[in-house]
Amino acid sequence: MTTHYLVLSALLFAIGAIGVLVRRNAIVVFMCVELMLNACNLAFVTFARQHGNLDGQIIAFFVMVVAAAEVVVGLAIIVTMFRTRRSASVDDANLLKN
Amino acid sequence: MQPAEIITETGGVIGASWLMIALPAVGAAILLLFGRLTDRWGHLLGTAMSLASFAVAVLAFVELLGFDEAERRRQVMLYDFLPAGSFHVEMGLLIDPLSISFALLITGVGSLIHIYSIGYMAHDEKRRKFFAYLNLFVAAMLVLVLADNYLGLYIGWEGVGLASYLLIGFWQHKPSAATAAKKAFVVNRVGDFGLALGIFTIFTTFGTVAYKDVLANAGAAEQVTLTVIGLLLLLGACGKSAQLPLQSWLLDAMEGPTPVSALIHAATMVTAGVYLITRSGAIYEGAPTAQLVVTIVGAATLIAGAIIGCAKDDIKKALAGSTMSQIGYMVLAAGLGPIGYAFAIAHLIAHGFFKAAMFLGAGSVMHAMNDEVDMRRYGGLRTVMPITFATFGLGYLAIIGIPPLSGWFTKDSIIEAAMHVSPVLGWVAVIGAGITGFYMSRVMFMTFFGEKRWASDAHPHESPKVMTWPLILLSVGSVLGGGLLIAGGTFAEFLRPAVGAPEEPLAFHPVSVPGIVTIVLVLAGAAYAWTKYAKSPVPEVAPRGSFLTTFARRDLYGDALNESLFMRPGQWLTRLAVFFDNRGVDGIVNGLAAAIGGTSGRLRRIQTGFVRSYALSVFLGAAAVVGALLAVGSF
Repeated sequence: MTTHYLVLSALLFAIGAIGVLVRRNAIVVFMCVELMLNACNLAFVTFARQHGNLDGQIIAFFVMVVAAAEVVVGLAIIVTMFRTRRSASVDDANLLKN
Repeated sequence: MQPAEIITETGGVIGASWLMIALPAVGAAILLLFGRLTDRWGHLLGTAMSLASFAVAVLAFVELLGFDEAERRRQVMLYDFLPAGSFHVEMGLLIDPLSISFALLITGVGSLIHIYSIGYMAHDEKRRKFFAYLNLFVAAMLVLVLADNYLGLYIGWEGVGLASYLLIGFWQHKPSAATAAKKAFVVNRVGDFGLALGIFTIFTTFGTVAYKDVLANAGAAEQVTLTVIGLLLLLGACGKSAQLPLQSWLLDAMEGPTPVSALIHAATMVTAGVYLITRSGAIYEGAPTAQLVVTIVGAATLIAGAIIGCAKDDIKKALAGSTMSQIGYMVLAAGLGPIGYAFAIAHLIAHGFFKAAMFLGAGSVMHAMNDEVDMRRYGGLRTVMPITFATFGLGYLAIIGIPPLSGWFTKDSIIEAAMHVSPVLGWVAVIGAGITGFYMSRVMFMTFFGEKRWASDAHPHESPKVMTWPLILLSVGSVLGGGLLIAGGTFAEFLRPAVGAPEEPLAFHPVSVPGIVTIVLVLAGAAYAWTKYAKSPVPEVAPRGSFLTTFARRDLYGDALNESLFMRPGQWLTRLAVFFDNRGVDGIVNGLAAAIGGTSGRLRRIQTGFVRSYALSVFLGAAAVVGALLAVGSF
């Protein structure tokens, strides 16, 4: 049964989403975003398996590529931010407001 | 008898009578355009232009006399002024006995004033500009009287207003002169407004503004229309001729140099109203109500001016009061209809001479007394300034109407004519003459008789010849003018083609009841003035005086009335408008802007700059989209 996979995917996505909204540490927020992406991957793969169609699996690969690229750029930003502000809290990065 | 037909003229001096206007206009243009280059000889050019214009007027007059009486109204076409569809105005000049009389007075007395000014303004550094304005004044006044249509008259009318503004405010470094000029201009504007409306009404009624057509067809128009036109034209005349209720500018206009006062009071400006009423005689004859109002205005003004003249210590203002009063006589006479036109114009010409003589005499006195105008600081000047004394004295005797000087003939004729039409008006004129006897004697005695009350640094001396000769010529005119015009009805006969004549012309009676009463009143007034201002000492500081004195000193509260009736409500109105603009119009606009600004300020708070709150809104948005999709999918 694929239902269990989908429920797991939804749970992982919800955990990731809550993490993004609640946590301040940029690295943790980042990890939560990864969690949400991988929850989506799980859902794609599950549906691919259920329908006997490879499209979902291929999309999962694309997501991984995008996630890898995103991690590279995002981590670089976080490191730079930490260097200048001595903090990795997303609440301290509010310069654009004014 | 009706006025004669107007004939179109092409040749002769009359055909070239536009030179009368062009010469002083060119003079003014040269003096103003070439500026300082003309400083050294500008006054001579101005005087020469005025004299040349006078020469043209004399030649045109002689040529006019050569025609038969029925052919003495000659029109000279100049050019198409406004060929605008149905509104077609051809500019031309109307040379008839009425306009040529004015032209002779304006250029003749005007030229004498020019000559006098050469001496009077000798030490003024702006003398050239002064002569330019004088020339402009003469040119504008000639346009006014010579034009053959109401639009041309209006152009001259406005030109006179401009020139008077420039001249009254000639010493504009004095705030009082600048204010007086502005006041004259604004008050005249009220009158001009009436004149403009009158001309509009004339055009809508008759379809033209040419005298030739308007005056010939005036009888065919409805009486109501004629009354409206008459009253509107009267408003214009009141403004220019300083009649009640638009008299207030005249006394303040004394701020100008004295020759200007002479020019305004004797030859130009204030005579314009009398000209307008006389020229529009055909309209007034069809509107008895308007005529009645004209006579009432004239009668009221002649008394009001005389009362004002009684209390003024400033010699020029006392003379200004007398001008008001004398113009009142002319307006009264002009309002009487054909019986009075000739007398109005005769008095106007006689007045031109004696008032110019007295104003220029007053200028001569001021010149000698370091520009002192307060008569309480004069006294005993007759031995020091014999020529000024003699000429001023002749003018004085003429204005109070001592026989056989000119004022006696002309004023008595007006009184007779007024008696003939309405005894009330006649007796008002008689009383006015009596008051004239008092206030003019007061001026005379305070200035030339009594003990010396001069300022310590005053060294009076007779004026130079260039100033005394015009005085002498003017005083000759004051002595002879009236007799030449009135005796034997010469002038009435001369004017007949232009203004018509009554069925039974009023012959001049040297001895009549009103005439004798007038002379007795005048002598009584003069005697009272003699006891008060020549026999007994005149205090150097004006005593408080009775209620009546204060009333007269304040110009019969005319300014106070204008202030409370028009100025203050006007100020309130502007304040109200400003308030409405600030709070109403600006309030709506500013309120809208503030509302938008405030709303966006509140909206801006949503943008906290916290990434997590943005993430939350993205999340909520996504959830809402998913919810919406599910909701749509379930149906």
